[in-house]
Amino acid sequence: MKVNLKVWRQKNNNTAGKLVEYGLDNISPDMSFLEMIDVLNAELIRKGDEPVAFDHDCREGICGMCSMYINGRAHGPQTGATTCQLHMRSFNDGDTIVVEPWRARAFPVIKDLMVDRTAFDRVVQSGGYVSVNTGSAPDANEIAIPRTIADEAMDAAQCIGCGACVAACKNASAMLFVAAKVSHMAVLPQGQAERKIRAERMVAQMDAEGFGACSFTGACSVECPKSISLDHIARMNREYLGAKLTSENV
Amino acid sequence: MSWVTQTLSSSLGRKVIMSLTGLFLSTFLVVHMAGNLQLFKGDGGRAFNEYTYFMTHNPVIMTVSYLLYTSILVHALMALVLTRHNQASRPVDYAYKRPEANSAWSSRNMGILGTVLLIFIVLHMRTFWYEMHFGTVPMAEYDGKQYKDLYKVVEAAFSQWWYVVIYVLSMVALGYHLVHGFQSGFQTMGIRHKKYTPLIEALGTYVFAILIPALFAAMPIYIFLKTNNIIG
Repeated sequence: MKVNLKVWRQKNNNTAGKLVEYGLDNISPDMSFLEMIDVLNAELIRKGDEPVAFDHDCREGICGMCSMYINGRAHGPQTGATTCQLHMRSFNDGDTIVVEPWRARAFPVIKDLMVDRTAFDRVVQSGGYVSVNTGSAPDANEIAIPRTIADEAMDAAQCIGCGACVAACKNASAMLFVAAKVSHMAVLPQGQAERKIRAERMVAQMDAEGFGACSFTGACSVECPKSISLDHIARMNREYLGAKLTSENV
Repeated sequence: MSWVTQTLSSSLGRKVIMSLTGLFLSTFLVVHMAGNLQLFKGDGGRAFNEYTYFMTHNPVIMTVSYLLYTSILVHALMALVLTRHNQASRPVDYAYKRPEANSAWSSRNMGILGTVLLIFIVLHMRTFWYEMHFGTVPMAEYDGKQYKDLYKVVEAAFSQWWYVVIYVLSMVALGYHLVHGFQSGFQTMGIRHKKYTPLIEALGTYVFAILIPALFAAMPIYIFLKTNNIIG
């Protein structure tokens, strides 16, 4: 199949970028979107041009590295999937496809389609952990956790930190990401010791990074490759407000 | 910064302020609508005028009314603060976006809907609240007691077709504002539960976004039809 690409090209964060058009022939409908970009890059290199920089790693939908805002949607037109799991059969022959990087103040462009998502790392470092004693591994069944609670924690822990929620949100808000991280430890017994300080610190760090506020449009959850529910945002709000009202931290 | 100001100036705290003021304004709508249903009574405005007298003289109501004015101002100003912050969170916008693929129109346009409502509130208060408090309102006498005849002011305003159109369109905006706003207010407060969220959504949609705006819109339409002798 034939596609007409409009790809965001930007040398670095200090220079202005623009959409550049590329035409590709003989694209297999069975190629993933990233493989199609690989083909484009092979052609660019052959011509002596700079290849398009983009993030990718596992290419099996679990690592959260690939990003790309494709035809107005985070990770493209599919729901519940990352860009590497998007295949060219989702497009029609002769389609024009616009590819842009995630857009957020907290995610500055590094180059072309690559953005700096270390803001997420700093949010996790601020409180997205549990402190445990080192030593031999504890017995897996030492702490009894009801199945429903384990499932709920896992639903939140599925978050791969790709940033699609931020990219899709009209406010570039990171609420779904932070909520997933706060939520999955708030429901587990291991997370209780740092429960209040975690909610307080992670929300404070999220704000310090320059993400927007939540308008509850639900776009994040729709575009999330792991379909993380808005329930977790409500839980984070509950955790945060409860912590602010009852913690000893003034 | 104390923990209170820190909480209220966080992105979550600001939304809590929006939620509390918004939900308070929603409860006001119920009271305002219930009271104004007396416009439909067809008694020449007596019940309505007696009700307005009560509303402007009862100390509890007067105190709550100041809370109401404050809520409107805080809700609008905080919306402005949040909107500016949210816009700054994405300095470079997408060249091509399809928000309709993942979210409802009303949820993305609360600011525009709110601005329409704010303009409406100013107009509405100029026409009735200002006239009642500072203007010259004709008097009516019931059982030897003098009352300001606000009903006459209502009739005069709603006998004009364009005024009715403004009111009806504003109530459409109110419906869209509340279909998203009412249930979001609960989400912001962290109130989300398998048992209660469907109830909150139903209440927000059928009562606050449809029934209440429809009844409000029916008032100017009814008075217009009556004063223009289209209905008896």
